[in-house]
Amino acid sequence: MIHVANLTKKFGENLAVNDVSFHVQKGEIFAFLGPNGAGKTTTIKMLTTLLTPTGGQIQVNGFDPLRQQMQVRKQIGIVFQDPSLDGELTAFENLDLHGVLYHVPRKQRRERMEMVLKLFDLWERRNELVKKFSGGMKRRLEIARGLLHAPLILFLDEPTLGLDPQSRNQLWKQVKHLNESEGVTVFLTTHYMDEAERVAQRIAVIDHGKIVALGSPAELKTRTNTDSLEEAFLALTGSTIRDESATSVDQMRQFGKMWRR
Amino acid sequence: MKTIYILWLRELLRYKRSRVQIIASLGQPTLYLFALGFGLGPVFLKAGNGSYLQFIAPGIIAMTILFSSVFAGIGLLWDRQFGFLKETLIAPVPRLEIMIGKTLGSVTVAIIQGLLVLVVCLIAGFRPANWAVIPVALFFMVMVALVFGALGTAIGSTLQDMQGFQLVMNFLVLPLFFLSGALFPLNNLPKILDAITRVNPLTYGVDGLRAAFLGSSHFSALTDAVALAAVAFVLLWVGSYSFSKIQI
Ligand SMILES: Nc1ncnc2c1ncn2[C@@H]1O[C@H](COP(=O)(O)OP(=O)(O)OP(=O)(O)O)[C@@H](O)[C@H]1O
Ligand SMILES: [Mg+2]
Repeated sequence: MIHVANLTKKFGENLAVNDVSFHVQKGEIFAFLGPNGAGKTTTIKMLTTLLTPTGGQIQVNGFDPLRQQMQVRKQIGIVFQDPSLDGELTAFENLDLHGVLYHVPRKQRRERMEMVLKLFDLWERRNELVKKFSGGMKRRLEIARGLLHAPLILFLDEPTLGLDPQSRNQLWKQVKHLNESEGVTVFLTTHYMDEAERVAQRIAVIDHGKIVALGSPAELKTRTNTDSLEEAFLALTGSTIRDESATSVDQMRQFGKMWRR
Repeated sequence: MKTIYILWLRELLRYKRSRVQIIASLGQPTLYLFALGFGLGPVFLKAGNGSYLQFIAPGIIAMTILFSSVFAGIGLLWDRQFGFLKETLIAPVPRLEIMIGKTLGSVTVAIIQGLLVLVVCLIAGFRPANWAVIPVALFFMVMVALVFGALGTAIGSTLQDMQGFQLVMNFLVLPLFFLSGALFPLNNLPKILDAITRVNPLTYGVDGLRAAFLGSSHFSALTDAVALAAVAFVLLWVGSYSFSKIQI
């Protein structure tokens, strides 16, 4: 469903994605895990036509995101890591606009809007301006919107960011359900290892723009000789903080932790 | 078609909901109208040029449309900042349709603003020479809105953040207004000023509005219309091109 070969993206001198190759099967749930700044979002942006790769090949359901943008866009739904709602519109209007942009016929649009709004417990508040929503409600609306047009492939970039346990549970239940009942292929990133373990059939661990391991959660644990995915992840990527913006105090604290181990 | 409509509707909904902004944006033209119209009126009259209020009302209407449409185009920056731009750019619809929908929205909002200011002018004592020419006036209002809406889109697509906004305001929008003949007659100008006003598209918008409202103008209404149409064509092309090149 998704074929990626030698994918590279440079921002100036910064090699954000470095010679990445992988395949995602049709109907698979595939997780991309990696520390902050590893290149997850950049990869998703290239797969979804938002960013032009510096090198390499991509095929999404047989189409090239670079030359066949429209065909690729018709296949996919995406929940971005950063907010992308219009705060001056209501929840309903945001969804309606999305439905029109994705050519969902009017009658079906109404039905599906009601369905996704109820699914994420926003139906009662559908006529309120989104700027008045809480952070978690906005996030739920973004997810609802990503599902609205029933895409073949779903990209979820840290979908559970800022969600309470109930909403997370609901999200993953839905994702599994869509995957099993409609065969939707899912490409997700998250920083919660338990979530990845719960839903993903295969996991790629990416660090500094390179894939350092790829396999089922069980395989990753066996390969690193660890008992939990979290430990496997740390074994594969080390435990220094990657975020360039992390303060030296953070780094010191991190070192302290390592020392005590 | 539906894409264009829904994005047009979005602009109108956003406009309708920004009451404070509507009032604020009417404050400035009203101030100009009263301060200049009444303040400079006696001098203007003594110089044998007739009523200054009659003279600047079309200029103030053009100014309102200029500001409103440029800002609407630059609104792209806000969409970028708040992330909504991604949502539209990744949708399976041609970018040109997105750009057309947005621009038509800006044009509509600018026209509404212009008409509101026309009402303020009428209250202040402005009297069009002939009511039958309202359609002609509307035509010129639409042309001004198109020209500067497209310019705003081109700028909004190129600027990366809010930093450039002040620059655009001070070095583009205000000069466009002040050097357009909105406030002064175009005859007997110093050579340089004369040349500048002639390349400023707003000049033709203001002149066209005067031709429509007052029946007297510096150029002919036809010249104004042709000049505006040519500039609109070029800027819409530039606007669509820069919009098609946006990367997130
Ligand atoms: N638009 C951009 N311009 C320049 N550099 C960028 C841009 N976007 C990302 N980068 C850089 O590319 C690298 C990868 O960033 P990316 O957003 O893909 O990381 P990520 O894996 O999604 O991290 P996180 O878990 O923090 O979301 C980082 O070093 C980042 O600074
Ligand atoms: Mg990311």
